[in-house]
Amino acid sequence: MSAPSSYTWPYPIRYGQQDTHETDVLILGGGIAGVWAAIAARRTGARVMIMEKADTRRSGAGGTGVDHWNYAADNPCSTITPEEMTQALVDNHYGYRSGISTYIFTSSAYETLLEMEAMGGKVRDTDDEYKGAPFRDERTKLLFAYDYQNRYTLRVWGANYKPLLRRQCKKLGVEILDRTSATALLTENGVHGARIVGVTGVDCHTGAFVVVRAKAVILATNRPQRIFTFSSEQRGSAVHRGGSNVGNGYAMAWRIGAEFTMMEKTMRTVFASPYNFPIYGSGNMHNTWYPATIVDANNKEVPWVDCNGKILTSVEERCRPAEGQKFFLMGGGNAYPPPGLKQYAGPKLIPDLEARMLKGEFTPPFYADLTSMPWYERKVIWGLMVGQEGKTRIPIVQTYEKAGFDPAQDMLQAYDFLRGQGMAETGAPQERTFGEIGVAGGLLVNWDLMSNIPGLFGAGDLLFGSQDHGNAATTGRYAGARAALYARGVRHGELAAVQVEREKKRVYVPLAESPDSMDWKELNFGVARVMQNYCSELKNEELLTLAETWLADIEQNEVRRVSAKNPHQLMRTLDVIDILTCAQMIVQASQARKASSHVLSFNRIDYPAVDPPEWRKYLVIGRDAGGQTRVTDRPLGFWGDLPSNYGPRHAENIAAMQAAQTTAAT
Amino acid sequence: MDTPVVYATPNPPTPGRPVIFNPAVCNGCNTCAAVCPEDVFIPNPVKGESPIILHPEECWYCGVCVDDCNHGGGIRLNHPLQQRVRWKRKATGEHFRMR
Ligand SMILES: Cc1cc2nc3c(=O)[nH]c(=O)nc-3n(C[C@H](O)[C@H](O)[C@H](O)COP(=O)(O)OP(=O)(O)OC[C@H]3O[C@@H](n4cnc5c(N)ncnc54)[C@H](O)[C@@H]3O)c2cc1C
Ligand code: SF4
Ligand code: SF4
Repeated sequence: MSAPSSYTWPYPIRYGQQDTHETDVLILGGGIAGVWAAIAARRTGARVMIMEKADTRRSGAGGTGVDHWNYAADNPCSTITPEEMTQALVDNHYGYRSGISTYIFTSSAYETLLEMEAMGGKVRDTDDEYKGAPFRDERTKLLFAYDYQNRYTLRVWGANYKPLLRRQCKKLGVEILDRTSATALLTENGVHGARIVGVTGVDCHTGAFVVVRAKAVILATNRPQRIFTFSSEQRGSAVHRGGSNVGNGYAMAWRIGAEFTMMEKTMRTVFASPYNFPIYGSGNMHNTWYPATIVDANNKEVPWVDCNGKILTSVEERCRPAEGQKFFLMGGGNAYPPPGLKQYAGPKLIPDLEARMLKGEFTPPFYADLTSMPWYERKVIWGLMVGQEGKTRIPIVQTYEKAGFDPAQDMLQAYDFLRGQGMAETGAPQERTFGEIGVAGGLLVNWDLMSNIPGLFGAGDLLFGSQDHGNAATTGRYAGARAALYARGVRHGELAAVQVEREKKRVYVPLAESPDSMDWKELNFGVARVMQNYCSELKNEELLTLAETWLADIEQNEVRRVSAKNPHQLMRTLDVIDILTCAQMIVQASQARKASSHVLSFNRIDYPAVDPPEWRKYLVIGRDAGGQTRVTDRPLGFWGDLPSNYGPRHAENIAAMQAAQTTAAT
Repeated sequence: MDTPVVYATPNPPTPGRPVIFNPAVCNGCNTCAAVCPEDVFIPNPVKGESPIILHPEECWYCGVCVDDCNHGGGIRLNHPLQQRVRWKRKATGEHFRMR
C-alpha cells in the first residue's frame, strides 16, 4: 500500500465570508419531518427554505427507508380510532408520551401516506405479490403488520420515499441549502426568549458563514446521540440515527430559552454500541423481523406466548390479540425497558428462555428460522421488511444474498445471550443512550407545535415524547402549515448585529491550533465518559453534582483545545460542543427529578421510591437570560382534549394548502 | 528482489475501507460523494477517478452510495470483519458468513 497522502481541500475555503438569505419559513434539518414540513408550508404559498447539514436526497434517520408505517388509525381497515390509539400509546408509556404529536400522528398517518402515494411512493401491493396472505386487505391491497385483526400499522415500500420527497420539494420551489449546518437561532434584537427572526449556519464544505432571515423557524434536526457511547474508530457504525443527528436543535433552542421536557429519560442502548451487528441484519423476532420463528442450535423451536402466558402453537396466533384483549401494540418481546401495560402487550418468546437455556433445555446459539414459516411471512420479512426498512436494501439484502444467504434454506444467527446480557444484544450498563429508540425527551410544544419562543416550531423526533417515521411525516406536515400561517401574520424582525457577530466569532474558534490541541473525537469521548460515570444506570445527588462539575470543566478548559483542520472537522467540532450542551441538559433534568421512575428508566438510589404519585408529572427545564435553569412542571395529560384541539387546526391547515393550490391553478 | 519502499505513516483510522470501488465501472461522476449522508468522500483531484474515502470511520454503512451509484456497481459496501454475521443451512448444518 502506498503512503497515505493528504489532499488539497477540494472546495473553496470561505471562512468568515457571509452569505445572507431571506425566507418566510425556514426549516432546519431536511430529514423526514423537514421535507414534509417544507412541502406543506410551500403548498400554502409561503416562501420556504431548508437548511440541511447533509444532503436532502438521503439525509436523516429515514433517508434509506421505512417499512413500518405505524399507528395509521385513520386507514380504512383499522378497527381502532385515533382517539383509542392515542390513549393506548400514552397509557402504555404511563403518561410519558406526547398526546399532541401522537394524536396528529394517529389521525393523519394514512392521509399523509396517500400524499406519499401521489408523489410516486408505493404504499400497496399493486403487483399482487402477497395475494391471499392473512395480512393483506384484498380490496385496498394494503398490507398490515403485527396485529392482523386490527390493522392499524401498514407495511410499506419506503426505501425510496426520501428521494421522492426531495424531488417534490424541488418541484414546488422549496429553496434548499444542503451541506449547511445550523448553529444558532437569532431572536428579535438579540433578546433572550424573544421571537425568532433568523438562523446562522456554517457551510460544511467551504466553511462560509450563513445567515438566514426568517419569520418562522421549524426545528427538525432529530435528537442527540453519542451522549454516553462513543467509538472513535467506528464513529459511524456505532450510532443508530446517523452522524448528523447530534442534538444541534436542542442546544440551539436551549441557548435562547426554549423549554424541554422528559430530558432525564435515558436507557440502555440497543444499537449504539461498537459491538453491534448491522442493524436488522442478525437473527431476531421483533420490529422488522416480527413474527420470525426462533430455533436453538438443534433446530428446536422456541415457543411464543401471548400476554396471558398461553403458549401459541401456530405462526398465525402471533399476529392475533390474546383472549380478552381488543388489540395489541408491538410484540416480539424486546428485553429493553420499559415493558408496557399487559392489556397492550403483544406475543413474544417465552419469558424464561434464559433460565431454561441455562438448565440445558435449549442450546445456544439461536437462529431466526424463516425456512419453516409460511411463504408469505418469509417473503414479507426478507424482501419487503428487510429491504425497505432503513439501512437494509444494500447493507443486508444485497450483501447477504451476494454471499449466498437464502431465506428459504438458511437460518440467520441471533447473538442474544452470547455476551451474557440476555436478549436483544443489549449493551453494558454504561452503554446508555438518550433516545436512540423509543420516545424521548425533547422540545415542549403546544397544539401549534410551537415552543415557548414565538415563531419557533418543532417536528419529528425532536418533539418531546415522540417517535417514528410516520410521526415525523405527520408532525412535519402539520408544523409546516402552522408555521406558514403564523408567518402570514408577522413581519421580518430585526437581526441584532451583536448576536450575529458573537456567533460568527464562536463558530471559528476551533480553527485555531494550540500546542496541546485535540480533535473532536477525543472531546466527544471525554464527554461520554463523564456521562457513563456520573449520569448512568445509578444516580444520586453526589454523582450528578460530579457530572455537572466535570462537564463544566470540559466546557471551560477543554473545548478550547479542540482544533479543526477543515470545514468538515469544523462542523463535527461544533456538533460535539452541542453534544456537551445536551449532556448538561440531561444532567440538570436528572438533578431535578427527586424520585425514581420505571418508565423513564431513571434510578435515583437516594430517592428509591418508584413513580410516587407526587412525581408523576412532566418536569420542564429552560434557561433564563442569566443562564440559570428554571424547573417547572406540567401534569400528565396537560394537552387537554384531543379532537377539539386538533380538529380546527388540521382543517385550517388543509384549507390553507388547498386554497393556495387553487390560486396557483387559476 | 528490489528493496521495497517503506513509509513511516501514522496509524490510519479503522475500519478503513467501508466501501470498495470497481474501477472498471466507476467513472468518477461523484454522485456517491454528493449523496453520502456522512460526507465520507471528497471528489478525486484527478478527474474521472473514483472519489477519495476521506473519513472512513464515519461511515454509517447505510448503502446509499451503492444504491444511488449512477453507473450501477461502481462501488460496493465492505462491512467491517467484526460485524460479519454468520448463518447456518438448515438441511446440512453447514455454517456460512457474510463476505
Ligand atoms: C435505520 C433506521 C430505520 C428506521 N425504520 C423505521 C421504520 O420502519 N418505521 C418508523 O416508524 N421509524 C423508523 N425509524 C425512525 C425514523 O426514521 C425516524 O423517527 C424519523 O426519521 C425521524 O424524523 P426526523 O425528521 O425527526 O429526523 P431525521 O429524519 O433524522 O432528520 C433530521 C435531519 O436533520 C439534519 N440535521 C441535523 N442537525 C442539523 C443542523 N444543525 N443543521 C441542518 N440540518 C441538521 C440531519 O442531517 C437530518 O437530515 C428508523 C430509523 C433508523 C435509523
Ligand atoms: S455507506 Fe452510507 S455513510 Fe458509508 S460511504 Fe456510503 S453513503 Fe456514505
Ligand atoms: S456514483 Fe458510481 S460511478 Fe459515480 S463516482 Fe460513485 S461509484 Fe463512481
